[in-house]
Amino acid sequence: MSNRSASLFVAGALAAALASLGPVPASAHGMKITPPQKTMEALHTGLWEKCYGVALTGQNDCYAGPGTTCAGTSTRNYAGNAFKLVPKGTCTAIHTPDGSGSLTAIAR
Amino acid sequence: MHSTPLKEHSMPQLGEIQRAFARALLDPQEAPVGDDPAGRPDRLRFAVYRNNVAVSLIEALEAGYPAVRRLVGEVFFRACAGRYAAQEPPRSPVMLLYGDRFADFLARFAPLADYPYLADVARIERAWLEAYHAAEAEPLAPTALAHVAAHRVGDLCFTLHPSVRIVRSTYPAVTLWRVNMSKDAPPAIHLDSGAQDALVARPGAEVQVRAVPPGAACFLDVLFHGGTLAEAAAEATSASASFDLTAHIAALLESGLVTAARLRRRRTQLPKRQSICR
Repeated sequence: MSNRSASLFVAGALAAALASLGPVPASAHGMKITPPQKTMEALHTGLWEKCYGVALTGQNDCYAGPGTTCAGTSTRNYAGNAFKLVPKGTCTAIHTPDGSGSLTAIAR
Repeated sequence: MHSTPLKEHSMPQLGEIQRAFARALLDPQEAPVGDDPAGRPDRLRFAVYRNNVAVSLIEALEAGYPAVRRLVGEVFFRACAGRYAAQEPPRSPVMLLYGDRFADFLARFAPLADYPYLADVARIERAWLEAYHAAEAEPLAPTALAHVAAHRVGDLCFTLHPSVRIVRSTYPAVTLWRVNMSKDAPPAIHLDSGAQDALVARPGAEVQVRAVPPGAACFLDVLFHGGTLAEAAAEATSASASFDLTAHIAALLESGLVTAARLRRRRTQLPKRQSICR
């Protein structure tokens, strides 16, 4: 491929890629709930809530966010003191083998 | 301030004591260092300390390499991790990222010579851990690229998300990793069922591990090292004739794995480096 046709090829690919993504990312309109970028920021959006007792071992979130020593430190499934961020209003509807999710820390 | 040190010649320097202490911790053949309150060497107390060091390092590796642990079994893993810990003590007091050379160690570990795929599974686990702890970054909105002149698109350089890691394997390493991360009994996997390259990244809160098509690892690697879109496309296409450039650009942008883009000036040559493309 000549330089010129190669550059047209790449430009065409980018244009096609952008077209396939749509003119504006859906998340910019709030149409799509994207996973929380940072725990604290996510909580501030009001779209998420802390749900205790539903995280699998090592998959708990942390208020300070991933990258701290706290996220991912739970040592057993559904620990009552470990939370996971879930879309608001869904926490208590989450059922685990050890019982439902809770909006506050629970003993289990 | 000036004072005359007492017993200058009879007492070892603190640094020497610490180095001897650290050496003895990792080698059970070394004599214990350190005294009890009465000033006598204390074998038992030192053994407790030595054991705690070894166990904590082994547990750090168990936490970081759960799929490898499942593949070789707990007893083998702990013994193997203990050997690694003795050879590769932490170089940082931060334990989050301990075990960076574990995959290479497994590749050289003679008892595992018949299981060459284990090192690649370990590399995926390592990439997962690094992606998990990597810095967060805002993805570039695809619209930012809409107005790049067509004749300059090939000169675009992308900054990839800090969590992006690529693992190449001649084995179905992603499948091996995935089935051994599941609680279910793993299905039979044929080692010759095809090479899998892994793309590991954490654009949001969760680490994603994906097997990517031939050419994709090469495409990402060129971009990662500062190559232009045209260079990455050319290398990926020569690595695999079936490489789909449009789909890969779209997937990169849509997944939030591009955080910045700039145009490289024409005729700027990057320094030659070892390519992973062939």
